Amino acid sequence: MSPALESLVALLIVLGALFILLGSIGLARLPDLLNRLHGPTKATTMGVGAMLLASTIFFSNRAGGRVSLHEVAILLFLFITAPVTAHLLAKAALHRKKTKGGASDG
Amino acid sequence: MMRRILPRPLLALTVLLLWVLISSPISAGLLLLGSLLAIALPLLTRTFWPDPPRLARPWQALRFIGVFAADIFTANWRVARQVIGPLYRLSPAFVEVPLDLRDPFLATLLGSIVSLTPGTVAIDVDQQRWILLVHALDAPDPQALVREIKERYEQPLKEIFAC
Repeated sequence: MSPALESLVALLIVLGALFILLGSIGLARLPDLLNRLHGPTKATTMGVGAMLLASTIFFSNRAGGRVSLHEVAILLFLFITAPVTAHLLAKAALHRKKTKGGASDG
Repeated sequence: MMRRILPRPLLALTVLLLWVLISSPISAGLLLLGSLLAIALPLLTRTFWPDPPRLARPWQALRFIGVFAADIFTANWRVARQVIGPLYRLSPAFVEVPLDLRDPFLATLLGSIVSLTPGTVAIDVDQQRWILLVHALDAPDPQALVREIKERYEQPLKEIFAC
């Protein structure tokens, strides 16, 4: 693998890690549940996306390796399931808010 | 006859393609197994897809995916700055987006797109009034966000699926 490709892979991994870190910082800093949800969505899209791209480039260019496309499947499944989780969490949060506002909390 | 075996050819093709992707050193046997799955899965899940929307403009769909990827990129930078910046400057808001589309599958797709774009999360789809409830991390002007979602995502989706 050429040095140029290696640095590209390294750069993508660092970029991915940076976005996962930023997502976690968002999760820790933001004030309430609904706002905190915005942190992890960023981590899944950019963070994991950059890392998967790095993985594709690395494993496709290894000596004797062939084009690696498992990552495309990972990204696809992640993009299908991540919004579902966010949606369920948000709905649960909203539901709790409603019941708390309606009845006296015990 | 063809319709009976392959009620949703596009779904079958997607399953087969995914199978080829995850079983990377592909062999004849694996391909055969994948083909069987591609035929069986759409048949078994047929009841969950009451009326499938028709993919009318596949090329526009590809362009739309490109726009979406670019949006994820820019929105990521924006939210990254907001998260490490001073939090009091953010104005989180619930935004109601009135939908023009009337298809549960498309509404799901639109909600997923909104959720995957950093800074916005789709919370609920009201199927009586067809409203998409969105929570935004920073929306000083909610109307602008509504316009953006409708023009950037809903309109193209309606054109791609012809409804």
